[in-house]
Amino acid sequence: MAETEYAVVLFYSTQGAIKAERALLRAGFAVKLIPTPRQLSSDCGTALRCAWADAEAVQAALEGAKVEYASIHKVTVNE
Amino acid sequence: MIYFDNAATTWPKPPGVAEAVLNFVQHIGGSPGRSGHRLAVEANRVVYDTREALATLFGVADPLRIVFTANVTEALNLVLFGYLRPGDHVVTTSMEHNSVMRPLRYLQSLGVELTVVPCSSEGVLDAADVEKAIRPNTVLLAVNHASNAVGTIQPVADIGMIARQHGLLLLVDAAQTAGAYPIDMDQMHIDLLAFTGHKALFGPQGTGGLCLGERVELDRLRPLTRGGTGSQSELEEQPDFLPDKYESGTANGVGIAGLGAGVRFVLEQGIENIRQHEQMLTERLLAGLQDIPGVCVYGTRDARRQTACVSFNIKGIEPSDVALRLDEEYAILCRPGLHCAPAAHRTIGTYPRGTVRFGLSYFNSVEEVDAAIRAVRNIAMKKH
Ligand SMILES: Cc1ncc(COP(=O)(O)O)c(C=O)c1O
Repeated sequence: MAETEYAVVLFYSTQGAIKAERALLRAGFAVKLIPTPRQLSSDCGTALRCAWADAEAVQAALEGAKVEYASIHKVTVNE
Repeated sequence: MIYFDNAATTWPKPPGVAEAVLNFVQHIGGSPGRSGHRLAVEANRVVYDTREALATLFGVADPLRIVFTANVTEALNLVLFGYLRPGDHVVTTSMEHNSVMRPLRYLQSLGVELTVVPCSSEGVLDAADVEKAIRPNTVLLAVNHASNAVGTIQPVADIGMIARQHGLLLLVDAAQTAGAYPIDMDQMHIDLLAFTGHKALFGPQGTGGLCLGERVELDRLRPLTRGGTGSQSELEEQPDFLPDKYESGTANGVGIAGLGAGVRFVLEQGIENIRQHEQMLTERLLAGLQDIPGVCVYGTRDARRQTACVSFNIKGIEPSDVALRLDEEYAILCRPGLHCAPAAHRTIGTYPRGTVRFGLSYFNSVEEVDAAIRAVRNIAMKKH
């Protein structure tokens, strides 16, 4: 079993999550939309996950594309 | 069959619209923004992509500042009921559709002050008259971009300048122009752009929306409805961010999928090309109708100053009879009457009789225009 570190980005609006996904895919990042993990928020919405190694670059890309997000979290998953 | 009722709703639609609707129903179908599974996410992407296409078309920097509604009527009601308070003053025009006029008349009965600026008998609004109507308590100018009764295009950019200079918001009813005439919210200083999806944007019926400019204070603009948004489910209060604040309840995913295809078609064809084609048809139709003895054409009669919506009457025949004969004898479909705009018909002098309205679209041809002119000539001649 290997541990993988991910960055999970939370958004206010689920449409904001799609906006982020569209902007990051265009910028060449590998990202995935996931249901917002329960431990991060009780929200029923959508969150965005990418490799933790990309976290800073993703943050910069989101700011560059004027995509608003609520917070970024480090999540470790046993896969 | 010749379909000339595009000012009411466009038909046919570009082929991609039906395909997008079918694809959503058959293969996507999840609840946009509600669950995190792949079909819900895909549905949410479809909704976002339509927002993005609309943002490109109207020059909106952030697609999330576009909120979807059931039609332009709901978008207009959202602004009028959400923004105006008793004691506020609002300026509108005598060319408005009832979707602006009826909410405003009702709000007037609740204590909102209303000025209806008269337009010329050609339906033209003088921007200077709007400025003269402004009072210390004026908060909003609500203006029709183009008349659905006679097609007259109003000087919206000039009114936008006036709104800026006086610190007011400008609300534009773009039902007749969105998709048919270039609109840039920034350049025209439009703060609130209300559009309907089923006319020149070629979407299905039941789609529309509102673009919120950067100057709109969201704290002041109350939502028309509150409810589930798929976001902040832990809260019992309505979210205050966009677009969720103004989008409660499951979205019209099917319709919005079709609307996206319609808007992308407009972007691919190019709004300038669409306008050019419609203007050419309008010019031909105006000339042909005015050449018929006993036919009176209303509005500016200048294709450059109007949309592809042409209103006329035949002397001695009621508009409803003309429309019935056009349908039964020539398979030409149009709309007679007052077109939900009694104030506009008073302005151009056709109240209560109304007019016969030919609403053309990008999909109409020169041959169809010529056939319609011949049909009107025949009807007019038999009567004289
Ligand atoms: C100028 C104008 N405003 C508002 C409307 C209402 O549109 P809808 O029925 O899509 O809300 C229409 C068309 O019917 C219109 O032409």
